[in-house]
Amino acid sequence: MRTLRRYFGLLRVQVRSSVLLGLQYRADFLIDGAISLCWTGTALVPLFVVFHARPEIAGWNFAEALVVVGWFTLLEAILEGAINPSLTAVVEHIRQGTLDFVLLKPADAQFLVSTSRFEPWRSTNVFTAFAIWVFAFVRLGHGPSPLGTVFALVLLASATLLLYSLWILTVSAAFYVVKVDNLTNLFGSVFDAARWPVQIFRGVLRWVFTLVVPLALMTTYPAEALLGRLSPGALLGSVVGAGVFSFLSRRVWLDSLARYSSASS
Amino acid sequence: MSVASTARALPTLMRVGFAEAVAYRAEMLVWVLATTMPLIMLALWSAVAADGPVGRFDQRDFLAYFLATFIVRQLTGAWVAWQMSWEVRTGALSMRLLRPIHPMVSYAVENLAAVPLRLVVAVPVAVLALVLLGTKSLPHSLLLWAVWGLAVLGGWLITFLANVIIGCLALWTGSSVKVMDVWLVAFMVFSGYLVPVELFPGALRTLVAWLPFRYQIGFPVEVMTGAYALRAALWMLLRQWAFVLGLFLVATLVWRRGLRRFAAYGG
Repeated sequence: MRTLRRYFGLLRVQVRSSVLLGLQYRADFLIDGAISLCWTGTALVPLFVVFHARPEIAGWNFAEALVVVGWFTLLEAILEGAINPSLTAVVEHIRQGTLDFVLLKPADAQFLVSTSRFEPWRSTNVFTAFAIWVFAFVRLGHGPSPLGTVFALVLLASATLLLYSLWILTVSAAFYVVKVDNLTNLFGSVFDAARWPVQIFRGVLRWVFTLVVPLALMTTYPAEALLGRLSPGALLGSVVGAGVFSFLSRRVWLDSLARYSSASS
Repeated sequence: MSVASTARALPTLMRVGFAEAVAYRAEMLVWVLATTMPLIMLALWSAVAADGPVGRFDQRDFLAYFLATFIVRQLTGAWVAWQMSWEVRTGALSMRLLRPIHPMVSYAVENLAAVPLRLVVAVPVAVLALVLLGTKSLPHSLLLWAVWGLAVLGGWLITFLANVIIGCLALWTGSSVKVMDVWLVAFMVFSGYLVPVELFPGALRTLVAWLPFRYQIGFPVEVMTGAYALRAALWMLLRQWAFVLGLFLVATLVWRRGLRRFAAYGG
């Protein structure tokens, strides 16, 4: 209990310093907001083109696919605002050898690096996500089901955990491949596939996106929950899956950390 | 900084660049994995085309198109914007300025030197495409292949010069990585990387014809998959090289202007 309280206090300090730091860059808020709005709009073009060619693909119509895009946009906002900044900082630490200073502190290193930087002003995409959902459900002509919404909230938590775990795995690679500017790039381009409902992919690729890089659990399942057609089994599977993934990523992180030899020594 | 001394230095620079690419081969692998997007789009479009062709594309055409896209992307990669942004921020650019060779040349050579290693990935995909599809969808005249060669070169030049221009912005703003992100999104959507340009609805297609992105990937890919007769291909080539020329002029201007502002920190 005491440790928990201590870590909670630490979290508060870290968030506070992030916010103070961020207040210095207020102009960034507007620029980033405008940029991510254009981003999201442009990224919708392939969806329009695909559904222009066919009214329905693999059991998904345009409005339903938009719900998936909404989830993708929301997770992207979480990634940009809460996960990306800290973990980019770790990569820089590893490259410059300054990770030593983090490791020397008397608290868990993964906790420290994961909470070192929050940039909530990058999360303007949260609003875009809600706008997309509103548009999609207006087109569908009905709102999300109440039970589905509860399911979706559970899945939001597990999806965030998954996203974070995947990021930790990616960053662990930084211990092995030191020149890692483009690890974030790799992550981004794989995550991009989550824009599409997983049922569109067949064979190996669907298997990969469900079990290996569980993109389905992050966007397709929550969307199905909102649409009220997710089975309780899939919900349970997602939660268990997220648990397994976070356990795995923790192990890999610890193993990689054991391999770390400071860049300067 | 004469032309002759630059030319003499080229083979050495090329060797150094290649050695560097080999040294950072793990990074190269990561980069190649990050460019597998066309294969995902291939899966997607195959599913869409499963019950009948989309436009003139059936499943085979999509297979040819996206494998060609993957190959062309490997051949036209450049990452100078990130490099410059980093070098400006850390002051490492000053080292480059001291060398008796124009920085643009050294950047270009470093980026080109990675191409042989990328061929290691691109060639097997090309062989696979040949085995799966035969030569039916390839252009049959030697002239068209010459056009393809020039189109790939033009595509690389556009990518490189756009990178340089955005990289130079770092001389004003300190970092231009964000701008590069925006460019990349536009590139992905409008270049034919995710969606063949032909499938865009009318108005959007007209817009795309006036943007440089299509000439980076879409045009070489279309030549490679036999979408053009010679005349049309030459006409497109002309437009592509007009973009190359325009971007070259802008890049030169921005580099000269920006460099005056450069003060090496720390370096």
